[in-house]
Amino acid sequence: MNRHLLSAADLSRDDALLILDTADELARMSDRPIKKLPTLRGRTVVNLFFEDSTRTRISFEAAAKRLSADVINFSVKGSSVAKGESLKDTALTLEAMGADAVVIRHDASGAPHRLAGWIRGHVVNAGDGMHEHPTQALLDAFTIRRRLGRAGGLDGVRVTIVGDVLHSRVARSNVALLNILGAEVTLVAPPTLVPVAVDSWPCEISYDLDAVLPKSDVIMMLRVQQERMTAAYFPSVREYSRRYGLDTGRMGMLPEHAIVMHPGPMNRGVEIAAEVADSPRSTIVEQVANGVSVRMAVLYLLLGGADLLGGVDLRGSARDAKASTEARESMVNR
Amino acid sequence: MMRARSAGDGRSGPDARSPGRSGDRQPGGPAPGRDTDGRDSNVGHDGGSGGFPPPSDQAAAGSQKRVLEPAEIRRALTRIAHEILERTNGADDVVLLGIPTRGVPLARRLADRAAEFEDRTVPWGSLDVTMYRDDLRLRPARALGRTELPPAGIDGKTVVIVDDVLYSGRTVRAALDALNDLGRPRAVQLAVLVDRGHRELPIRADYVGKNLPTSQREMVRVLLSETDGEDAVLLGERKEAHV
Amino acid sequence: MNGLAGTWLIRGAALPGGQRADLRLRDGVIAEAGARLAAAGAQVLDADGLIALPGLVDLHTHLREPGREDAETIETGTRAAALGGFTAVHAMANTEPVADTAGVVEQVWRLGREAGHCDVQPVGAVTLGLGGQRLAELGAMADSAARVRVFSDDGRCVSDPLLMRRALEYVKAFDGVIAQHAQEPRLTEGAQMNEGEVSGRLGLTGWPAVAEEAIIARDCLLAAHVGSALHVCHVSTAGSVEIIRWAKAKGWRVTAEVTPHHLLLTDELAEGYDPVYKVNPPLRTAADVAGLRQGLADGTIDCVATDHAPHPVEAKDTEWADAAFGMTGLEIALRAVQQAMVQTGLLDWAAVADRMSVRPATIGRLGGHGVLPATGAPANLTLYDPAAAPEPVDPATHASRSRNTPFRGVALPGQVVATFLRGTATVLDGKLAS
Repeated sequence: MNRHLLSAADLSRDDALLILDTADELARMSDRPIKKLPTLRGRTVVNLFFEDSTRTRISFEAAAKRLSADVINFSVKGSSVAKGESLKDTALTLEAMGADAVVIRHDASGAPHRLAGWIRGHVVNAGDGMHEHPTQALLDAFTIRRRLGRAGGLDGVRVTIVGDVLHSRVARSNVALLNILGAEVTLVAPPTLVPVAVDSWPCEISYDLDAVLPKSDVIMMLRVQQERMTAAYFPSVREYSRRYGLDTGRMGMLPEHAIVMHPGPMNRGVEIAAEVADSPRSTIVEQVANGVSVRMAVLYLLLGGADLLGGVDLRGSARDAKASTEARESMVNR
Repeated sequence: MMRARSAGDGRSGPDARSPGRSGDRQPGGPAPGRDTDGRDSNVGHDGGSGGFPPPSDQAAAGSQKRVLEPAEIRRALTRIAHEILERTNGADDVVLLGIPTRGVPLARRLADRAAEFEDRTVPWGSLDVTMYRDDLRLRPARALGRTELPPAGIDGKTVVIVDDVLYSGRTVRAALDALNDLGRPRAVQLAVLVDRGHRELPIRADYVGKNLPTSQREMVRVLLSETDGEDAVLLGERKEAHV
Repeated sequence: MNGLAGTWLIRGAALPGGQRADLRLRDGVIAEAGARLAAAGAQVLDADGLIALPGLVDLHTHLREPGREDAETIETGTRAAALGGFTAVHAMANTEPVADTAGVVEQVWRLGREAGHCDVQPVGAVTLGLGGQRLAELGAMADSAARVRVFSDDGRCVSDPLLMRRALEYVKAFDGVIAQHAQEPRLTEGAQMNEGEVSGRLGLTGWPAVAEEAIIARDCLLAAHVGSALHVCHVSTAGSVEIIRWAKAKGWRVTAEVTPHHLLLTDELAEGYDPVYKVNPPLRTAADVAGLRQGLADGTIDCVATDHAPHPVEAKDTEWADAAFGMTGLEIALRAVQQAMVQTGLLDWAAVADRMSVRPATIGRLGGHGVLPATGAPANLTLYDPAAAPEPVDPATHASRSRNTPFRGVALPGQVVATFLRGTATVLDGKLAS
């Protein structure tokens, strides 16, 4: 495993399976009287959340605490960042405080990558702009594995992801990770909400939800923001819901064993009907529980072992700078 | 004899008892291709379970001597099973917990033998100690083994920890810490196939298959048919120690 | 008389056409060009192995003064220009305050003269405050001491078609040219990098090629309709090249420039999110790079212009979305062009002289620059060593106040050995002469 978890697309199949298998073992802790392991005792995990997200932050906090790590929560409101402190200065402050790991959620794609170049600690991407949300994809894959009774990868599992793919970091992470695990992914969205170059992605595209439903083992609904309407991505919430919402009628078109997922928070009645969200097929609640186990696995695998491999400094900036020079030299010599 | 599965798990996964099914995990064993590294190459740590490279690497390690043959192993386990039954009054309230990797098949074999002798089931399971080890920071993070307790749990029971090799005692200490978080046994005992000496903590085994005096320059390898295709205990020169 | 401004004898240089010659510089002109000239009291510069280009002219530079002196000043920017072999640069108008009045353009022009490292020709804004609403006093700027002829809202697009039409018409009165930064704002709201496979993967809002091409097409048609001159800044897509080629084929008065970085770099560099690669217009694809090189080779693109855009460290040492757009370029431009165009056989040195001096001077209506070295020509010269061992670019050694070059650590060939501005040496031995 690398020093950081910045992107699901960077994971090898072995890495991904290791995380999921580790999460499997850690999930058993919820049956125990003492839901705590001493493994990260004395380590400090900082939650650096520039976007409001109680749910994800609490999940990471619970994960760190169950491993006996110390947790420091840093959210933007009322902080020095709100007064204009740069990300870099915030990072250097955390470094000075001795953060072993920083879990960062930020509205700028690539912020975790920048952070990794500035601090010595491990960086976990908890969602960066529209880019990725790797632990979400991991907990989604974990949920699918459990519900469908799989061990190992998800080879041949047909996953359909519906919604605003263009702006969704959850979609990007899931497409990447599901592909790594061998699943077959189909994206369904109005053409305006799909990136221009999506045919280079390892998945199928369809604009017709009804056609895809009977061929789905998993259907994953993405949240649709109302603001997209004013930017002319779709004419009205009503039309979006009618064409791309998962209501009970559509749920009935799914195969018997199929499950319904949603990363939350949901717009009940827009992308997903209330009855669907509350049905036994829905994994929405267990996704939350699984999130803690998966995040425990990530923190353990990043922090639980030795820090440097063979004494090589793997800090982002040194590595990236070298890679970038090589990339540019080959470009320039083309 | 009961194999424990957590209730409500919902997994219709493969029967984890069958060894060597590719792509599946064995109870308490690491995922294939993900060896829990040479724990033995740490000075002072148990040669213990899960630490050995697969047999194909042995040529690289230099010459090795077979110090226990399958028949001897069989007899040792039989004797240990009898001893356990003796000392626990017929294994009332005994739970055997093997430490992954190789402690687990040993625990199962002991449970099978005890069941034969006393015509009753003896609960067994696995206890992974990775998260409680005191040497975690010395190597990259390791894959976890399976912890699976029998349904009746361990509260008030006599837990017999089962491992293949007893060396520094740190693995067993980690197991005691792990047990502490899982419940409150009435008593804890330790059964090992091989005791190779060099204890670093005040820990001793209650049941020993073979005492094998060794030097710290040597490595002890236990092979079991469930994990390695054959039964043997090998003694050889240690490779370059790496941390 | 000795010193930097005295008479010089440049010995054995290769002229752009290939022939070797000695050049005597006196009183600001090339007094004599020939073979084996006598020194006769002149300082001798041995130019054996060097190419003598007419002093380079940059149609597109950001000197940041007034207002953003933390990034660059006219003093530091013109030093950088001289080191890059430039004898004249056009200073873009997006300063603070904007150069939309005679007063500001005269100030910039005067500061350039006082610094003395190269000529600074101010560019005037098209609209007041670059606001895109009302024309600035283009006539006043044209009549000022700065004699502005090139007008541009660069940084912003003159997107209102009616306003663009009026601007094109208005400058006909004084032989001006409108230089358009082609970027349809509605298609590029929040845009961060080229829209394509990489942006989709990185989760960065895309800047689609069509937002540039649609404006260029519109402006070519407008320029033709009103009979005026259009210059297209920093062309970045292969599609734009095709449109300009079509417009020129029709005989319309359209000229265009390309930056050194667009001739070499692609959008894949955005992976890793290092904002040193963030620029407007963005780096595009390999197919675009190929189209731009071909366009420069066949003259569809008239010239190389650096779009030198210095930024202070904190504007680039941050997350991508927060970072400023822009790359420096004055000091590496000629070397980059050698790498991209000469070493690939697309341009010879005569063509380099044309694209980096003659044509930009023509487009900028800049007298005294862009004249090939010959007897009687102004003594604006760049002496360049194309065989110098390739050196990795090190911005710490640059004269520019800013360090944001995308070529840090990349080995580029060649070296500017000397630069002469009207017979005075501004750069000697690869270093500032003063």
